[in-house]
Amino acid sequence: MTLTELPIGCDARVISIKGTGRITRRLMEMGVIPGVGVKIVKMAPFGDPIEIRVRGYSLAMRRSEANAIEVSC
Amino acid sequence: MDDNGHKRQLTIALAGNPNAGKTTLFNSLTGLKQKVANYPGVTVERKEGKWLLNGTTANLIDLPGLYSLDATSLDEQIASGIIRGDQPGIAKPDAIVAVVDATNLERNLYLVTQLFEFRVPVVIALTMIDAFEHQKHEIDVEMLSAQLKSPVVAINAKTGRGINELAEKVQKVVGIEPVVPYILDESADEAGPNGRIFSRYKFISNAVQESVWHSDHKQHQISEKIDKILTHKVFGLVILVAILLLVFQTIFSWASLPMDLLELGFGAAADFARVHMPAGILTDLLVDGILAGVGGVVVFLPQILLLFLFISLLEDSGYMSRAAFLLDKLMSGVGLHGKAFLPLISSFACAIPGIMATRTIESRRDRFATIMIAPFMSCSARLPVYTLMIATFFAGQSVLGFLSLGAVLMLAMYALGIAVAIVVAFILKRTLLKAPPPPFLMEMPPYRMPNLRTVFQNMFTRAWLFLKRAGTVILAISIILWALMYFPRSSDPLIVAPLDEQQAVQPESEQLKNSFAGKLGHAIEPVIQPLGFDWKIGVALIASFAAREVLVSTLSIIYSVGKDQNEESETLISAVRDAKTDDGRPVWTPLTALSLMVFFVLAMQCMSTLAVVRRETNSWRWPVFMFTYMTVIAYLGALITYQGGKALGFG
Repeated sequence: MTLTELPIGCDARVISIKGTGRITRRLMEMGVIPGVGVKIVKMAPFGDPIEIRVRGYSLAMRRSEANAIEVSC
Repeated sequence: MDDNGHKRQLTIALAGNPNAGKTTLFNSLTGLKQKVANYPGVTVERKEGKWLLNGTTANLIDLPGLYSLDATSLDEQIASGIIRGDQPGIAKPDAIVAVVDATNLERNLYLVTQLFEFRVPVVIALTMIDAFEHQKHEIDVEMLSAQLKSPVVAINAKTGRGINELAEKVQKVVGIEPVVPYILDESADEAGPNGRIFSRYKFISNAVQESVWHSDHKQHQISEKIDKILTHKVFGLVILVAILLLVFQTIFSWASLPMDLLELGFGAAADFARVHMPAGILTDLLVDGILAGVGGVVVFLPQILLLFLFISLLEDSGYMSRAAFLLDKLMSGVGLHGKAFLPLISSFACAIPGIMATRTIESRRDRFATIMIAPFMSCSARLPVYTLMIATFFAGQSVLGFLSLGAVLMLAMYALGIAVAIVVAFILKRTLLKAPPPPFLMEMPPYRMPNLRTVFQNMFTRAWLFLKRAGTVILAISIILWALMYFPRSSDPLIVAPLDEQQAVQPESEQLKNSFAGKLGHAIEPVIQPLGFDWKIGVALIASFAAREVLVSTLSIIYSVGKDQNEESETLISAVRDAKTDDGRPVWTPLTALSLMVFFVLAMQCMSTLAVVRRETNSWRWPVFMFTYMTVIAYLGALITYQGGKALGFG
């Protein structure tokens, strides 16, 4: 499933990140790389953006970016 | 030592992630001895200061806050250029101090691994160590240093912990060829361009595992608790609205007290000069040109200082990212970043601090789009114009029997500005500022107590930059506008026999009519006639370029009721109402007034804003573009209002 489909609070692991562009690269530089643990902390009032926790810090991203991240729970 | 045996001044670069405590360390190392400028041709801020290192001075360069050095953004290009020694005017750094947040070690170390690859000696300054230890985690600084093969110093800029040791370590590493403590797996590169990222993080995870012991104490627990309320779907929004209201109230109304005092002060200085200097061109230049110009610049200071007090507090405490998180959906609808909200709200008080506040938006395109639409927010300088028009033509009327027409019109003007801003933002983001949308990846830093020193330093730096960069342009244009209205001099009405008695009591009005500004008003009359304006309104439009509210005093002069009238004075209101064209028809109709109001909502009638846009975009192209497109939109808006109204049988 993609990160957007992940239920809130579930400890998941990143499997892959789709694409090769700038967004993919930026996500990986921020520490979101295959194998790392992630979870969704919360969503903004209109369901977008979402806040995730990765490598011990909080990162907000839009659903369009989260869609590129494949995870398993 | 250089060839002549002189001790060469060291150049040290300060690098680090945003929110890692870099600014606090920079302020603490350099004190107040810092210079802020822009790198040539770009809007990236260049900050330098002197750092006293046990007897020698080093030039400390504060690199922009960075997550990576892959040169995908302008900040990253500039930073990697400096580290390589390619940036003109800056010597290649002898060493880099890498600021690393201990509570967020892995991601902060990513930048450090990239710094290693530049083969410049790196000393790691570990910040937030007290917060880290407070959470019962432990970090073995020596082990971390051994893993990274570089000195690591735990510091606290506030208490001074580790600052001397940092200086020693920096002096020690200068001149030593550094070792990259891991092998970049080039074979991973074959799998894709991101193989290097894997190699770096693999090394980091290992180094952190060896040197850090995490307790079960959950990290960021306090922040999570605060966030439960502050980013709550209902309470979060309520608190956000309350904070925005407070900011708005402060710059809109509380700033007016110091602003009024400043205006009184400059008025008194002008009176003093009038009394104690001989009447003549020099006194007129000093009073109406220079004093009025300087006054027009410093009057913005209270708003700028107060707004930046709030912005610094909101940024430093970590709340700004939460506000952007809450509002991003709303703002992304028009293609803007969540952080555009505060600058736009502030622009309802005044676009100048609002435009300066866009600095919090990292993406250049998002930032420029926000700057370009900020002046559409109806600022406080437009209020006197709206008030005069409403008081003159729409007072005492009502809509649907209970709504005051004046209030409805006022609201309509605000709404018109917002609506046009949305349309323009939408178009700009698809044309001039078109780009693949920058990834919205925003760190939500843990809440922290703002550092008051950083807050105040930021406030005063902004105010000073405004005075230095925008102030000079504003002063220059003030003097030009003064000269346009002052020259050529009419013959002295006391010497030349007046043609009629009325003319003798209106030298000021006559002077304005015969001045270059008056002639310009005549010249543009054919252009503005379709909007319902005559040449006298044209003169007032030209004069109000100094500031929108000048329209009121210029109309007072040109209608010979004395320039001390304000927008609610009966004399001016009846003078406007009674103004006649040469063939005896009234100049003003309610439709003319409406057309003028629409023009003022949309036109770029503010040289101070243009001066600030010049400063913030570091180019004259953007202010010229802003002036042009807003004037065109304002012209069309007023044209549609006036001609449409006439076609519908009004006016």
